[in-house]
Amino acid sequence: MIRRVILVLGMVLVVLSPFWVLPGDREPGSGEETKAAAGNRETDIQVPPPPFSEDIFPCSQCHAEQEPNMQRRELEMHEDIILKHAEQNRWCLDCHDAKNRDMLHLADGELVDFKESYRLCGQCHGLKLRDWRAGIHGRRTGSWNGQKRYLLCIHCHDPHSPKFKKLKPEPPPVKPGRIRQ
Amino acid sequence: MNLKKDIKSPQRDTASPGRKLTRRKFLKTAGAAAAMAVLAQCGSKAAREAFVQRNFRSLSKEEIAQVIKRLEAEYLEKYGKKFTVSAKGSIDGTLFAYALDISRCIGCRRCVYACVEENNLSRDPQTHWIQVLEMEDEKGIDFVHSNLYYDHDEVPQEGHFYLPVACQQCKNPPCVKSCPVGATWMEPDGIVVVDYNWCIGCRCCMAACPYGARHFNWGKPQVPPGKMNTNTHFLGNRPRYKGVVEKCTFCIQRVREGLYPTCVEVCPTGSRKFGNLLDPDSEIRYILENKRVLILKEYLNTQPKFFYFFAT
Repeated sequence: MIRRVILVLGMVLVVLSPFWVLPGDREPGSGEETKAAAGNRETDIQVPPPPFSEDIFPCSQCHAEQEPNMQRRELEMHEDIILKHAEQNRWCLDCHDAKNRDMLHLADGELVDFKESYRLCGQCHGLKLRDWRAGIHGRRTGSWNGQKRYLLCIHCHDPHSPKFKKLKPEPPPVKPGRIRQ
Repeated sequence: MNLKKDIKSPQRDTASPGRKLTRRKFLKTAGAAAAMAVLAQCGSKAAREAFVQRNFRSLSKEEIAQVIKRLEAEYLEKYGKKFTVSAKGSIDGTLFAYALDISRCIGCRRCVYACVEENNLSRDPQTHWIQVLEMEDEKGIDFVHSNLYYDHDEVPQEGHFYLPVACQQCKNPPCVKSCPVGATWMEPDGIVVVDYNWCIGCRCCMAACPYGARHFNWGKPQVPPGKMNTNTHFLGNRPRYKGVVEKCTFCIQRVREGLYPTCVEVCPTGSRKFGNLLDPDSEIRYILENKRVLILKEYLNTQPKFFYFFAT
């Protein structure tokens, strides 16, 4: 009799156990957070310095003596820069800081170094930034199981005209017919 | 039934009386003698050792070390350069996989030629492990109407997309199944490799591969000596012979040292991603979990470890 009771209790336990275990399994929604954090391991990512044109940086070497003009206008300098990046709604000082010439600024006014320009880009291109942190957007070099080297957005995309430029392709393979000759 | 009987019935051999020299006996002895003579004369000790070298998988550690020493000496003599031939095994807890972003590839073929240089591919006759197919947006992935030989001034072309195809490193590889001598197999880290010394050049694997990823050395592979990559792996980019099959190995000489394959590092658009399927933090796992992924010719059940995805 006692045996039978134990058996029945055991069976009940077995039947119910999934319902008790499942909530415990679901509980760490933290699992996803740790994954996101893992993508953020910026210590694992080496970013090379930004590719400035020669002698252009620091900007303050010229701009320090100039009074900032906040008026949106056509510049007399920097005519090599043609803005093709939502140019109807944007001009220089939306990204470059007027007071601290060697810095960029976010929409909320926070100053950002050129080395961290991806934070500026990520304000609009948030999904790309997320992929970039995870190593999906952009080229990663180095080691698949160790230190990875990464590029800044601006290494591939000219920030003033970010659309990826067309390239001349390498030559096509030789057709089999011609190999024989 | 009758046929079988007919084949079995003739007993000419035993019919010949005494120690008379039969044709079979003569051929047997003569053949053996000829083989001995050829072997004995066949140049150096190294050549003889190469001739009797067994399948890589059946070699002991000492034997592998010997073989590698012999190969390195051979390459030094042949190319005038010091080669390192690694036989490094797979790293525990790795299963390699690859992902390629179709929405970003622009078909510039930088990967094709980086691969040629890294893996000592023959320049003439030409071998390319990566084949970049140009496809029409309207037709989608359609191999029949794809173009391997496009030659534009600029890429990408309007209305086209590009699909680079190399070895898909199948989990269920038809090439391995079709090899009659066991010269090709899947390593524990998932890379399908070829033992160039054991391959008999029958090309059954090429017929079996649905991705055109295996390539035959119809002629003696030619690489300019100055262009030789001397950092090689036994199962990867060491110099090949005429008459053997070769294929992409995910740059086995690099990835087993922890580096990315060359095509990953050279892609100007960052379309190529590589990593360890068993590492939940790897790029490859992120792609499989978050992106739209496809494999080629899924209906063949080859189970590729090469994924194509759309990042946007």
